[in-house]
Amino acid sequence: MTDTNMSQLWPLFWEAAWETLYIVAITLTLGGLLGLLLGLGLYVTRGGGLYASRPVNLVLNVLVNFFRPIPFVIFIAAVQPFARVVVGTGIGNPAIIFALTLAAAFGISRIVEQNLVTVDPGVIEAARSVGAGRARIVRTVVLPEALGPLVLGYTFAFVALVDMTAVAGVVGGGGLGNFALQYGFRQFDTVVTWTAVIAIVALVQVVQLAGNTTARRILRR
Amino acid sequence: MPLVELTDVHKTFPAARGGTPVEAIRGVDLTVEAGEIVGIVGYSGAGKSTLVRLINALETTTSGSVRVGGREITGLKERELREVRLGIGMIFQQFNLFRSRTVWGNIAYPLEVAGVPTQEQNARISDLLHFVGLADKAHSHVDELSGGQKQRVGIARALATSPQLLLADESTSALDPETTQEVLALLRRVNRELGITIVVITHEMDVVRSLAHRVVVMEAGRIVEEGPVVQVLSDPQQPVTRRFVSTIVDDEPDAEALAALHARHDGRFVKLAFRGDDVRQSDVFAALLEHGVRFELVFGGIEEVQGETFGNLTLALDGDPAAVDAAVDAVRALVPTKELAR
Repeated sequence: MTDTNMSQLWPLFWEAAWETLYIVAITLTLGGLLGLLLGLGLYVTRGGGLYASRPVNLVLNVLVNFFRPIPFVIFIAAVQPFARVVVGTGIGNPAIIFALTLAAAFGISRIVEQNLVTVDPGVIEAARSVGAGRARIVRTVVLPEALGPLVLGYTFAFVALVDMTAVAGVVGGGGLGNFALQYGFRQFDTVVTWTAVIAIVALVQVVQLAGNTTARRILRR
Repeated sequence: MPLVELTDVHKTFPAARGGTPVEAIRGVDLTVEAGEIVGIVGYSGAGKSTLVRLINALETTTSGSVRVGGREITGLKERELREVRLGIGMIFQQFNLFRSRTVWGNIAYPLEVAGVPTQEQNARISDLLHFVGLADKAHSHVDELSGGQKQRVGIARALATSPQLLLADESTSALDPETTQEVLALLRRVNRELGITIVVITHEMDVVRSLAHRVVVMEAGRIVEEGPVVQVLSDPQQPVTRRFVSTIVDDEPDAEALAALHARHDGRFVKLAFRGDDVRQSDVFAALLEHGVRFELVFGGIEEVQGETFGNLTLALDGDPAAVDAAVDAVRALVPTKELAR
């Protein structure tokens, strides 16, 4: 380990940490909501579902399967034209937030779908048998019954988003990943790189712990 | 007016991809009178689960008429069907309780759906908890309950909106024998004290014997036999009914048992069928003794169901062949008698 500039980089470090936090917070909220709706759509239109519809399910599946496998660093470039239209710029944090929200929505939709299919069809039948309507069943049975696994799923999504923000630098976005690459990796400053790594690991640990605790409380185990 | 009336009901499930359509119900006529307990018996796949789901419109008929409380429910809109379902309770083999809710919250659910004011909900839930004997578990979570307790919560939830009809889908099949008796006793109280009509699906004849007034036997989507429980148990007509009845009422030894019995006993074997109180066993035995025939009971038993006694006894008869012939003729005049050949 040689010379390090870390002592002068603390202000930039804190700025980068803050950027990571708010990029992830905004994308988890927006993308999480979109993903929830998309995941619910996938779930209720499945065969035997509350709003079973083969065509709608097929369209949603194709849509999700089309966008989800695109590596995020390429996805950013691919949706850049749309970012210009929607957020007014193809570069910087707004463009990253736009791309990340979309990518998160598609990824989270599968997490949501996977967790909802674990809801026992028997409890849905029980709700139907007392005369509950479909929208009410989604709201009062399906989502509450799957809440514990959903919290774990969103915790997983948070960690994945922190991971994805690391490539924000390609379109001029910030964050801890960009900080590590720009001031650590490219300057051969291992101390800077590892400072960013430790900060990211700490952030992930805290959120994972919070998610686990919340899920356990919901599942009462 | 019957509470439930099914007329020539058919239900065909569309083909799964690459499969053939499944005819689950093939022309069923069934009436359920208010206040009675009807047991629907059949093997898996006989169509009994589908049949009860047609009654509360969880499934829709392919053709035929389903009337509940005099109202034709086929062709009703989803919103109207929800009203019908509010008036019919249902309990399930796996209880199907909401794990995200407490015992209280589970019983509250149908009341919330029905839009009952909170104050009324509270009084009703409290009453129901006392009725099913779970007042101390109101705020427990479902996972903390035993199987029997879970089914009692299921029953309370099904009764929350004061339905006239309760559908029980294999409601005791997941319970141990002792708990089964508890739940059956509770269902009897539901019928007797609250006057609620019950349709119970089961493959356990014990449930029919101890709970039902009338039994309906289903096979391959059709009703093959029905009648008062005592009549069907004591004199089953169809092969499938006989197989079910033989699980609780001994009929005659099967070939293997018969061979084993013959190896240990001399003489002729006859199976005597006692039905009701018309002929007393003592009369039959006296007739045998009068002819100087010694006999031994080798198989069978006598059942008591809802105050009536019946059963099948297989006797090994020993003595002078001519005397045995005469004795068998005398017995045949008293009760249905079947010779069991070696």
